[in-house]
Amino acid sequence: MAIEIKMPALSPTMEEGTLAKWLVKEGDSVSSGDIMAEIETDKATMEFEAVDEGVIGKILVPEGSEGVKVGTVIALIGSDAGDVTTPIPAAAPAPVAAAPAAPPPPPPPAVAHADPAIPAGTAMVATTVREALRDAMAEEMRRDERVFVMGEEVAEYQGAYKVTQGLLDMFGPRRVIDTPITEYGFAGLGAGAAMGGLRPVIEFMTFNFALQAIDHIINSAAKTNYMSGGQMRCPIVFRGPNGAASRVGAQHSQNFGPWYASVPGLIVLAPYDAADAKGLMKAAIRSEDPVVFLENELMYGRSFDVPAIDDHVLPIGKALVRRTGSDLSIVSYSIGVGVALDAAEKLAAEGISAEVIDLRTLRPLDTATVIASLRKTNRLLIVEEGWPVCSIASELAMVVMEQAFDDLDAPVLRVCDEDVPLPYAANLERAAIIDADKVVAKARTLCNR
Amino acid sequence: MCGARRHVNLGEGDLAAKGQKSATAKPAKAAAKAQGAVLSNREKPEAHGRYPADLATMEAFYREMLLIRRFEEKAGQLYGLGLIGGFCHLYIGQEAVAVGLQSALDPKRDSVITGYRDHGHMLAYGIDPNVIMAELTGRAAGISRGKGGSMHMFSVEHKFYGGHGIVGAQVALGNGLAFAHKYRDDGGVCLAYFGDGAANQGQVYESFNMAELWKLPIVFVIENNQYAMGTSVNRASAEDQLYRRGESFRIPGVQVNGMDVLEVRDAAEKALAWVRSGKGPVLLELKTYRYRGHSMSDPAKYRSREEVQAVREKSDPIEGLKADLLKAGASEDALKAIDQEIRKIVSVAADFAESAPEPDLPELYTDVLVENY
Repeated sequence: MAIEIKMPALSPTMEEGTLAKWLVKEGDSVSSGDIMAEIETDKATMEFEAVDEGVIGKILVPEGSEGVKVGTVIALIGSDAGDVTTPIPAAAPAPVAAAPAAPPPPPPPAVAHADPAIPAGTAMVATTVREALRDAMAEEMRRDERVFVMGEEVAEYQGAYKVTQGLLDMFGPRRVIDTPITEYGFAGLGAGAAMGGLRPVIEFMTFNFALQAIDHIINSAAKTNYMSGGQMRCPIVFRGPNGAASRVGAQHSQNFGPWYASVPGLIVLAPYDAADAKGLMKAAIRSEDPVVFLENELMYGRSFDVPAIDDHVLPIGKALVRRTGSDLSIVSYSIGVGVALDAAEKLAAEGISAEVIDLRTLRPLDTATVIASLRKTNRLLIVEEGWPVCSIASELAMVVMEQAFDDLDAPVLRVCDEDVPLPYAANLERAAIIDADKVVAKARTLCNR
Repeated sequence: MCGARRHVNLGEGDLAAKGQKSATAKPAKAAAKAQGAVLSNREKPEAHGRYPADLATMEAFYREMLLIRRFEEKAGQLYGLGLIGGFCHLYIGQEAVAVGLQSALDPKRDSVITGYRDHGHMLAYGIDPNVIMAELTGRAAGISRGKGGSMHMFSVEHKFYGGHGIVGAQVALGNGLAFAHKYRDDGGVCLAYFGDGAANQGQVYESFNMAELWKLPIVFVIENNQYAMGTSVNRASAEDQLYRRGESFRIPGVQVNGMDVLEVRDAAEKALAWVRSGKGPVLLELKTYRYRGHSMSDPAKYRSREEVQAVREKSDPIEGLKADLLKAGASEDALKAIDQEIRKIVSVAADFAESAPEPDLPELYTDVLVENY
């Protein structure tokens, strides 16, 4: 029985090639691995090996032929020389690529759950963001034996920013683990442990250092569930301070929110106050998906009310209207929310009523809450402690163009950090970073005042 | 040429120049001796030899290696026909490594992770060839439902954790699997494969450090097939005896003839015994050879045809085991029957992979996240 030898595709993009040279002739015996021909593509000359054993019966495409299409029968091989006079009917031809049908629209986003109601009479306890994060981790570690905390100085030193203070005493060195300074290594170790069934909380001393580990956050953690067809999960939390701190220079001052928010497969959280920090950290640790949890060093020491309830867990993917207003909507996240709230206070004194929305989750973005607010105010200002180019601000502006263009009475505006690496000098740093006055000025412009 | 030859040296034996027999027992001893000379004061795993396999075990190894060989040849063919796209890295020539190592594992508790040249490791685990081939052709019936492809296949059920496309990343991930074994105290060991190319990645050394520091139950396996894509080991590695790469982390290293499945199996047992006894990681360097290009689109101009042919003729792992089998009393007919049976399995897998339907378009949007938010 004859086997058809077809013009092979030697690269993912090859469609045709030149059959430069035959290295066998009719009647030759070949075995697996023997070079049969040289084929030239626009990129390289490749040798074409035999896969089956047999005798070359007929050479159908002579050497020197150009433009031979992939899949063309170029020779016949039989188990003996007399075997190839009648080619067998071709095996099932390569399937013709289906006409590129337009992909169906993505499924509608699930309706975001509202925050759970806090029962009347619940005590509110003044708590720093730092303590709230620690309490969230401790509660989840008590609840789930699989949860462990790993990072640089998280155990004996009690955390470079003291976020993990006390955890070592509570849970011991098996579950609170100091690492060497080796971000790529321990981020990968964490991702592998999550694949193996644990619930790692990986602390980066700051997210600037996570650049050394970003491959594992994106290629290992975010893509695994999809690449495996839903078979292999990576439930992990990467957490640490993000954004500008105070005069620590360009390499230690950057907001990575937009970077991670651009990656399908990740959850990205960036809370503002202590109650959200706690409720969202608990949700992050319980999530089956990989979470990037962006904290802010300048917020750690600030105190907010946290409800004294047993299990304060907040929904992922749900923004919060922090102040209601009617003239414009100011959208922000993380430390920017405080700037927006200060600005709203100043604007109120001028008779401008600003609604302030805290995104809390950067991926998936709660666009419904933003658009609902815009429908009311018809003006949108985005405040972001981070660079303007390819930012959450630019993404939201696009979302509004696509989904709520008719609700806009004015172009969307933004207040972001200056488009420069963050300088050290106090005056230059101040000038580079957002503040309430910059927001007030843009808000006036937006409202034609 | 002299430089190009050096990397096929196996201890003092030369894989390409010497026959199967001399390339087995002798280099193992030589390597053990060399290791002793360097670090005589450090404890190391018991020296390995050749695994004393009975006829049935040898036949099982033969069957598994042949399945990988024929499967990969067929995959190469299907690639040539345009049925497999993208990157496709074949395991032909390296079969003894996955078969020898994985046969020594306890599948109930041990885990395996590797890079993108992963078809052989899955087949060695007894995973259905149909679903592997269907993944290569990008069909819904593929083991990753057509969303992973050649480089991204997983079977959590078999504790096979992929299938990773970034060179060296699987080593850090493997450390995490080992960490999970230790954390749960489940007695499992992780086998983390990587190539001679990955052995130069920084995260591999970050992983070595933590693995030894915390005595993680992991066997680091360098599949040294002599070429990182087109760059030979000695053009890329200041220390080209890769089994020594763990020394500064106090990880014992063992060089193994990766073309002899029985030597591989014995080295695996010794390494696993070391790791299971709580002594921390072991580094195995498996000297092997890939007959095909790095991927399907590799014209392989960086080595001579003679070099490839010499290995095929003198050190082929399947031919080597076949000789052992015949010597041990197996009949030519029995081996032929195995060959025919394997060809049939592969042919069925190819037919299945060609005819199975592509994923439904709505699958584009599934599995991005596990939960709904």
